Amino acid sequence: MSFAFYLVSALTVAGALAAVLLKNTVHCALALTVAFAGLALLFLQLDAQFAGFAQILVYIGAVAILVVFAILLTRGSETPKDGGIFSRTWLAGLAVAAAVFAMLGWAVLQSEPGLPRATPAPTVTVGEIGVALMGRYVLPLEIVALLLTAALIGAVIVAMHEKEGTK
Amino acid sequence: MFETADQIFVLLKHWLVGLLPMALQPVAGVVVSVAAIVCFFPALFALTTVFERKGLGRIQNRIGPNRTGPFGILQPVADGIKSLTKEDIVPLSADGAVHFLAPLVLVVTVFMGFAVLPMGRNMVLVDMDAGLLFYFAIGASTELSVFMAGWSSRNKYSLMGAMRAVAQMISYEVALLLSSVAVVMISGSLSLTKIVEAQNHYSFGLPHWYIFTPWGFAGFVMYAIATTAETNRSPFDLPEGESELVAGYHTEYSGFKFALFFLGEYLAMFSISGLGTTLFLGGWSAPFSFLTWVPSWFWFFSKLMLSIFVFIWLRGTLPRLRQDQLMNFAWKFVLPMCLLNLLVAGLWRFMGDGWLRWVICSAILVAAYVGLGWEEMRRMHIGARSYRYAE
Repeated sequence: MSFAFYLVSALTVAGALAAVLLKNTVHCALALTVAFAGLALLFLQLDAQFAGFAQILVYIGAVAILVVFAILLTRGSETPKDGGIFSRTWLAGLAVAAAVFAMLGWAVLQSEPGLPRATPAPTVTVGEIGVALMGRYVLPLEIVALLLTAALIGAVIVAMHEKEGTK
Repeated sequence: MFETADQIFVLLKHWLVGLLPMALQPVAGVVVSVAAIVCFFPALFALTTVFERKGLGRIQNRIGPNRTGPFGILQPVADGIKSLTKEDIVPLSADGAVHFLAPLVLVVTVFMGFAVLPMGRNMVLVDMDAGLLFYFAIGASTELSVFMAGWSSRNKYSLMGAMRAVAQMISYEVALLLSSVAVVMISGSLSLTKIVEAQNHYSFGLPHWYIFTPWGFAGFVMYAIATTAETNRSPFDLPEGESELVAGYHTEYSGFKFALFFLGEYLAMFSISGLGTTLFLGGWSAPFSFLTWVPSWFWFFSKLMLSIFVFIWLRGTLPRLRQDQLMNFAWKFVLPMCLLNLLVAGLWRFMGDGWLRWVICSAILVAAYVGLGWEEMRRMHIGARSYRYAE
């Protein structure tokens, strides 16, 4: 555990805490982005280049933007007038976050005995991930692709329907 | 002699680093390279602003800046002093922290993109296995800084500009990624140095750049369109359309923060042109085999400046698009063409050598281009031209 690890972990935890505790929703979204970036850096520290860059590309480039758009379009961005920068419901938020974390942690710990112990760290290149996706895991990949296509078409249909109604 | 000229910056770096004690050398090497990037590109930015203003002036039949120094060459110095000494105004209702961070996030993320660009033989800061992926990951983060700037200003125009910018950047980023994927499919690598190596061959004295193949040419056109939109340059400069939105997302920025936005935009233009050069124009390889004695970095920066010139030329020539035209163009024309280009690249890869693949691949792309264009035009219902005169 190097110094860089502690630095990045501190950043990630701070971002995640801010996302829960802050009052302004846009601030929360931005803090969440910091946590995403910290996670990406942790992946990179573990030599998982693909996972790290995909994390940045997908979570910071797309998910964070989507969250921010959703907040703005639903008028959640207006700053509440009564002072203080912390949310009043921070305790509830923290409790929900902690519960989710405990759930995930429990699931991971339960699955641990199934994993081979003390294997040497594999060096996985992007090329190998590609070969695995196109070979062994091609069926899950295709199912995900189908699901995403269906979601895309669904989104278009929802938008089109609305437009017809207003005409 | 040729070797020395080609590797002069690398040798210079080694000499500089060699002056230090052994223990510090790895760190010093990185610091020197980063310092070179951080100094060189802003200098290039300063020169480009004069170049752009002069070029636009020439296109619009005026003289352009000519008061400061010979031919106005000292204009960027004057601009720099001006922006440093101006008052830095932050609106009362602005969100202080986010307002302050937005220009920083933009400039830092844009600078990070330069880390993976091979600017000459052996001249790359980090030769990453997944360099292209890194570049796009970093590029995607700049959108957030634009949003931060627009939202934190608490100004309608800023917010509108930011929303437009983000929507536009997301739409065209798809095209940007898909047009680059074709290159990855053919070269079989995400490493930018390997992509340049794959193009650095010659037959009959002509280079094997990807732009000289049917899929490469189509990909390059799509890439050029997407980069123009991605860097918010005219004709895709709606996010800062001054006739509608004052100055878009940086309306409420003044002084040096505004200068940082300006710098960030130009740096993004440099780095994305550099990536286009690397992917399609052979990176640092010479355009003819008898010119290989010219240093590699010279070719990279020549191609970069050529792309910048095209950006300026487009800005002086084309009118701005409308928002719906912009979105329709991205999703209904550029995206289908990019997807088709992927198929064509696959076809090109598996058809083997020979003239047949040139004919088939070109025919598919041209047919799709004509067909799609015709269909789009038909749907627009463009009637006979009508004129209205002021009474």
